[in-house]
Amino acid sequence: MTSDEKKTPSAASSAIAAGPGKPKTPAATPALTVRGLCIFFGANQVLKNVSLDIGARAVTAIIGPSGCGKSTFLRSLNRMHELVPEARMTGEIRLFGDDIYGRKVEPVIVRRRVGMVFQKSNPFPTMSIADNVTVGLRLNGIRDKKILAERTEKSLQMAALWDEVKNRLSAPAISLSGGQQQRLCIARALAVQPEVLLMDEPASALDPLATAKIEELILELKRDYTIVIVTHNMQQAARISDHTAFFYLGELVEFDTTTKIFTNPAKKQTEDYVTGRFG
Amino acid sequence: MTSTQLNPTGPASLATTGGAHFGDRAFKGLTLFMALSVFVLIGLIGWKLAHGAAPAIRHFGWHFLIGMEWDPVEENFGALPFIFGTLVSSAIALLIAVPLSIATAVYLTELAPRWLRQPLTMFIELLAAVPSVILGLWGIFVMIPWLRDYPYPWIQKTLGFLPLFKGPIYGYGMLTGGIIIAVMIIPIITSVSREILRSVPGLQREAAYALGATRWEVTRIAVLSYAKKGLFGAVILGLGRALGETMAVTMVIGNIPQIVPSLFAPADTLASTIANQFTEATSDLYLSSLFEVGLVLLGVTVLVNIFAQLLLKTFAGPGVKPQH
Amino acid sequence: MLMQALACVCAILVVMPLVLVFYHLVKSGIGSLNWDFFTQLPKPVGETGGGMGNAIVGTFILLGLAACIGVPVGVLGGVYLSEYGSRLNWWIRFAADIINGVPSITWGMVVYALVVLPMKGFSAWAGGLVLGLMMIPLIMRTTEEVLQLIPGGYREAALALGISKWRMCVQIIIRTALKGILTGVLLAVARVAGETAPLMFTAFGNSYWLNKLNEPIAALPLQIFEYAKSPYDDWHRQAWAGALVLLSLVLLINVSVRVLTRDRFRKSQ
Repeated sequence: MTSDEKKTPSAASSAIAAGPGKPKTPAATPALTVRGLCIFFGANQVLKNVSLDIGARAVTAIIGPSGCGKSTFLRSLNRMHELVPEARMTGEIRLFGDDIYGRKVEPVIVRRRVGMVFQKSNPFPTMSIADNVTVGLRLNGIRDKKILAERTEKSLQMAALWDEVKNRLSAPAISLSGGQQQRLCIARALAVQPEVLLMDEPASALDPLATAKIEELILELKRDYTIVIVTHNMQQAARISDHTAFFYLGELVEFDTTTKIFTNPAKKQTEDYVTGRFG
Repeated sequence: MTSTQLNPTGPASLATTGGAHFGDRAFKGLTLFMALSVFVLIGLIGWKLAHGAAPAIRHFGWHFLIGMEWDPVEENFGALPFIFGTLVSSAIALLIAVPLSIATAVYLTELAPRWLRQPLTMFIELLAAVPSVILGLWGIFVMIPWLRDYPYPWIQKTLGFLPLFKGPIYGYGMLTGGIIIAVMIIPIITSVSREILRSVPGLQREAAYALGATRWEVTRIAVLSYAKKGLFGAVILGLGRALGETMAVTMVIGNIPQIVPSLFAPADTLASTIANQFTEATSDLYLSSLFEVGLVLLGVTVLVNIFAQLLLKTFAGPGVKPQH
Repeated sequence: MLMQALACVCAILVVMPLVLVFYHLVKSGIGSLNWDFFTQLPKPVGETGGGMGNAIVGTFILLGLAACIGVPVGVLGGVYLSEYGSRLNWWIRFAADIINGVPSITWGMVVYALVVLPMKGFSAWAGGLVLGLMMIPLIMRTTEEVLQLIPGGYREAALALGISKWRMCVQIIIRTALKGILTGVLLAVARVAGETAPLMFTAFGNSYWLNKLNEPIAALPLQIFEYAKSPYDDWHRQAWAGALVLLSLVLLINVSVRVLTRDRFRKSQ
């Protein structure tokens, strides 16, 4: 299975609207390049020879039926799949040119550059809102209160949560609603200032109102961050993504601009899936 | 890791600093070391007891286990009376405790009204927390006088033709020892049995009900026979506890090493012998003999416990928790 | 119906001893619980009066020493069992369960050979050591259980932030489970607080206040035992009082722990 290398005819003139400390990457360079990726859990091959380019400062959606390997693919981008025992990979993944599976590369460092938000929001229950946001910074040695306070405010603003919590930053994180908790998790991930943000079905556990807020947020965030989102909701993919990759049974079937995938897909399998004939 | 390295870009950015890796390995090593301490503890117990018992083993050989005389003066030590005392008192304890415990476990899981189950369970777990010495205290001053004045004479009147119940009634003695051990092991047998019964899948009960069985028949057929192996494990666990029971037994069993048929007569167990005589052992051989008694006790209890744990682990349903 | 009644009777019989024990403890002991009891030393044989002050303090000292050994080893060992999987784990758990079933008096003999003989004397160190060793497998198992209850999502979230595994274990997982770990520790403390046999050849007992930790030390269970088997009525009276204090302490810990964990469970539903 091959995929076309597609550059991002991206949304805004993203180079200017950079957040604090963001590298000025020209929109043409892909954020992540994946070549020949195969992943095995024990004897079971879960991903077969996947190759594609994830565009910078854009939203790439990964769609496909259950069990197609989309979550595994997402997790291979920040080496989280290694938490599964007996996980093996072959192939190459580069983050802005750096090989993230290099011999001396520690997963911990990769994960600071590639953040992740999970399906079920999981703010740490014993910590306050502010502590949750800064936990990634504090546990990596940043203690300066001024920096922490600044990052807290910026991250919560970027996650569209600041106005709702600015007066109760020391309230326990679990006192927030489901949608707020998920935005808190996004803020927490953003505080570490990653370059890429991975989202594994971030809104699937939320009501439509909260979902809409998250989608709005993603469209805002893509000005500064590269976003890869796994979703089983095709309408969502169509709404918010610039590019879409369709996976089926561990293989990348088709990867193209979202408009093309949903209006005029090249492969029949893709067409069958997006029109709901299976899945 | 300093803050400036948190957002590196460029080719060197993924280079390892080694810091986090070292921390991970050190922590894993530390926790592993602590976890391995259990093996160290087992080895320590076995080695120290064997080491301490070695002189006596060399001196007495097998005679130690079958000798009937325990004479500190003559330094002639035979542990058979204690082995007898331990076995018989534990047997009595099981005879009393097992039916009561299993019936109570059944009551708690199947028959009791729902509002009663949680408080009753907690109450029984509290009974498990009562220290042995306190039960012994109560045994000396409350239970023994009562036994001596009411049940025991009645038993002797009705069953006195049996050699088991002949002879003078002191109150303290083998039977009393067995009773108090029973009180101590009932909570644990009940708790474990309850866990076992709770882990029996509901489908078993439903199938029996669907066949038209009554509540008791459902309990008997679907639950008890399914749980047989686990319940047996619970009983063996109780036996292990009974064999090692020290304080309460010491206080009520009379502490006279002898092998006689009467259950009303005083006796002595492996554990209570050690408790009574350890600090008074005058000679090395005496002390070593007590170590050998301890070694025998340890060997028997560990074997019984291993048996019990294997039974429980191979039966275990999803809900069976380890017992402390 | 008959079976239900029978089972109910059995349940009552099972529950009776605790009720009777507590009743008698209160009846015979509560009269002796005065200020003297808690603050005075035992009087010499034959004299009336005096108290168990040193035994009560001694028990707390021994428990403190025991916790210093039992808590670090037990908690860290439990962390290993929960957070790092390996084939060894089954054997470690099995060994811990077996040790829990070892008669406590053999522990006393082991520490006697290990510490008392070389030190040429009984001591609080030896008493604390033996109780601490007994606590290790208990705390290890309860810590593992509690950590296993924490959903994997928290671990994933922490790792995804680029936090190293050891920091995740210590500063996030243990912190989240702290109440549960504490519960396990308290239960282990309550369990060893009532142990008499192992203290008989390690702490040995003492009629005076403690001066140094390498002297013999008094403890409540030891004192109760001594007094109970003595022929003096006054000592019997004090034994009841001491037993009431000890049992109250043990039951208090057990009940409050169970009430607290029940609330936590309900809250998380």
